[in-house]
Amino acid sequence: MNAFNRLLGSAALGLALGVTAMPALAATPDNMLVIANRIDDITTLDPAQSFEFAGADVIRNIYGKLVNFDPADLDAGFQPDLAESWTVSEDGRTITFTMREGVKFHSGNPVRAEDVAFSLKRAVLLNKTPSFIITQFGFTPENVDETIVVDGNTVSITTDKRYATSFVLNCLTATIGAIVDEKLVMEHEVDGDMGNAWLATNSAGSGPYSLASWKPKESVTLTANQDYYDGAPAMKRVIVRHVQESATQRLMLERGDIDVARDLNPSDVEGVRAAEGVEILEEMRGRLMYISANQKHPDLSKPQVRQALKYLIDYDGMENSFLKGAYVKHQNFLPKTYLGAVDKNPFSLDLDKAKALLEEAGVDGMELTIGVREAQERLEIAQSLQNTFGQAGIKVNLEVGTGKQILGKYRARELDIYLGAWGPDYPDPQTNAGTFAYNPDNSDEANATGLLAWRNSWDTGGLTEKTAAAVVEGDTETRAKLYQEIQAEFRETSPFAIMFQKVEQVGIAENVEGLNLGGAITAAAYWNVTK
Amino acid sequence: MQMQRNFVKRQPRLPLPHWVRGLIVSLFSISITMLGLLFVTFLIGRVMPIDPVLAVVGERASQEQYEAVFLELGLDKPLIVQFFYYVADVLRGDFGTSLLTARPVAEDIARVFPATFELATIGIFLGCVLGVPLGVMAAVRRGSWIDQIARVVALVGYSMPIFWLGLMGLLVFYGILGWVGGPGRQGIFYEDMIPSVTGMILLDSLIAGDWGAFWDAFSHIILPASLLGYYSLAYISRMTRSFMLEQLSAEYVTTARVKGMSEWAVIWTHAFRNIRVQLITVIALSYANLLEGSVLTEIIFSWPGIGSYITTALLSADMNAVLGGTVIVGLVFICLNVFSDLLYKVFDPRSK
Repeated sequence: MNAFNRLLGSAALGLALGVTAMPALAATPDNMLVIANRIDDITTLDPAQSFEFAGADVIRNIYGKLVNFDPADLDAGFQPDLAESWTVSEDGRTITFTMREGVKFHSGNPVRAEDVAFSLKRAVLLNKTPSFIITQFGFTPENVDETIVVDGNTVSITTDKRYATSFVLNCLTATIGAIVDEKLVMEHEVDGDMGNAWLATNSAGSGPYSLASWKPKESVTLTANQDYYDGAPAMKRVIVRHVQESATQRLMLERGDIDVARDLNPSDVEGVRAAEGVEILEEMRGRLMYISANQKHPDLSKPQVRQALKYLIDYDGMENSFLKGAYVKHQNFLPKTYLGAVDKNPFSLDLDKAKALLEEAGVDGMELTIGVREAQERLEIAQSLQNTFGQAGIKVNLEVGTGKQILGKYRARELDIYLGAWGPDYPDPQTNAGTFAYNPDNSDEANATGLLAWRNSWDTGGLTEKTAAAVVEGDTETRAKLYQEIQAEFRETSPFAIMFQKVEQVGIAENVEGLNLGGAITAAAYWNVTK
Repeated sequence: MQMQRNFVKRQPRLPLPHWVRGLIVSLFSISITMLGLLFVTFLIGRVMPIDPVLAVVGERASQEQYEAVFLELGLDKPLIVQFFYYVADVLRGDFGTSLLTARPVAEDIARVFPATFELATIGIFLGCVLGVPLGVMAAVRRGSWIDQIARVVALVGYSMPIFWLGLMGLLVFYGILGWVGGPGRQGIFYEDMIPSVTGMILLDSLIAGDWGAFWDAFSHIILPASLLGYYSLAYISRMTRSFMLEQLSAEYVTTARVKGMSEWAVIWTHAFRNIRVQLITVIALSYANLLEGSVLTEIIFSWPGIGSYITTALLSADMNAVLGGTVIVGLVFICLNVFSDLLYKVFDPRSK
């Protein structure tokens, strides 16, 4: 269904709901949590491979990790989970974790240090997309046997150089840090795949829930782990149903057939606010909306033009109209709540300034193509840009396609301007600094398609070195300061105009307590939920 | 003598009965059709500007990971070679694994097709049961209020966007009146409770002897099925009306009336009998359209059917899933054609 259809459908239903009283609510059972969510992005549930939002939510609830975030207090940072404690060697390269005693996998097998070593080595050996989160510390298929070592109830990991310990531990809280049941997984190994095919549709964890079923584009059902070491969850069953349409999610929520509606558009959010028995839960997420200018373009590579583009965006207008409540203005590559995040937003729509900058650059009108995927909010942003750029004599053509169509061109450095979103991969500033401000080899041959700076053919100047220095800085305060400096320079010189940070607005039944969506740093947790 | 010998030489032709030869020719033409269908779909999927590798590895993948999957999918080989590998696998009964669901395509289709099948079957049933009599009545009482109603019903069916009607149907019958179940195939109480035998929940719940589950599934299917039924009804009733008008103006009908035959007999025994063959074509086409899956209906009602399965797969360049789905849709069309041909023979003596 295209964006227009969706909008029309939602508007029609919203109007109808607005003038119609709903009957008394039904309710889901007291020990069951039912969530409506778009889960069609799940392509695998293997933690060594999964890299999608909905998959991360499922995996966070199924698997234990060495260290993890407490959903009741995300600000406290990583906490002991399967590792009871850890020590760091004097040279700062080796971290030794002591395992928590008496924890069992859902299969009944004990959670051992060997399972930890297996899980981490497996992530390196399988070399799936998210493996860089682990391999960036120097782990390779050749050295994992020496760098990840079990000794009794402890497991040690040795990085190739000294990194900030918080950086390493933050990375271990990512999905890929999930600890899998070695015995169970290897029973299902086929052709040396280390259980990858089996684990795509099954689970082998020790977390508060186990996977009862995953029916693609239909539902995920989780069953409470009664033997969870931190106490059995109150919700004995969690059902996540794939419901594509915002209007349908709202209807189900107001009818009481679901407890949580996760994909409400701004008009349905307003509708839910006005309804009885349901409310809106808001959480700042890590996703950023940005545009970036390809530095291969002769005009876009001029510093004045890069600056001018940042003054041609109607940040406030968009935030207060069609993005209302769903995004807030944010012009820095570290999302709010991250270490080193800053809340400085110096740019606003200023046509005169933009025109003066374009004139200074010797640009008198130009034609640009903005690549954007077919999603309602992005199309609306693109149309706003088309309007404001046009006022400065820049003719904008929109190239609209599916996410993968546009992404393919972006990765091939073929778009003039890309409009899209970026979400952090793990809760450490390096996750965004290492892609926005880091590009050691800007040549086409480098093919560093994973780096946003490379995709825009941007030689970052000195920022690459500064980013490399920040990631090894051991002192947290100094490290935060370094990132603040990098962002200050980035704001002014980069071809990126970061525009907004996502606020997730979720419709929730009033009797549901303790739901945490993971903030900007992690995924949703269901085990603290009560009714 | 010489001529006689030549005549004898021509005798040893295939000693097959006529129907077997017909069957062989049919099977041959079906195979060629299927192969052509597969090739065109394969070509479309490959020339679309979507990168199947990105569908697997995602945005963050390094070039090395990208290339590994590129080779794994065999995309380095010429298109025609890829196609022949695929056909060879299909002939061995292996449709491959879907990139999007990490499962064998055959397993996926066994899950999504029954969902569409039960929806489409109830839909076409409603469309026929209501559409045919409505069309007949509209023709018989041309210009009367019933004809006007049939006209409006058809007009709304043709012109109203299905997503809008679907959402309004949900609002009224689920949201306000609470007469039907909400989106999805089952209520949460029955989620994963009924063992899958046929993949059709209505049948499976009957097999399991669970009437609660049956009525729950029925309450979920009735609204989307009625919606699809309504669209079929609009088409079927208009076509029935048009076919009937043609027959009713024929001389044999006037003759029957002059001979004093009852109006009921004139309409149903004479005129209607003669439109059955045309109606079969119309109904078979409607049914085939429903069996392809209605993407919008599936989205609105969170119905995991084959329409949205193929569409999502195509937009992600998940070619195994697309081709697997195409084979099924192709087979559906072929089966319905064969079935229609059989019915023609039953209803139309000239076909015999």
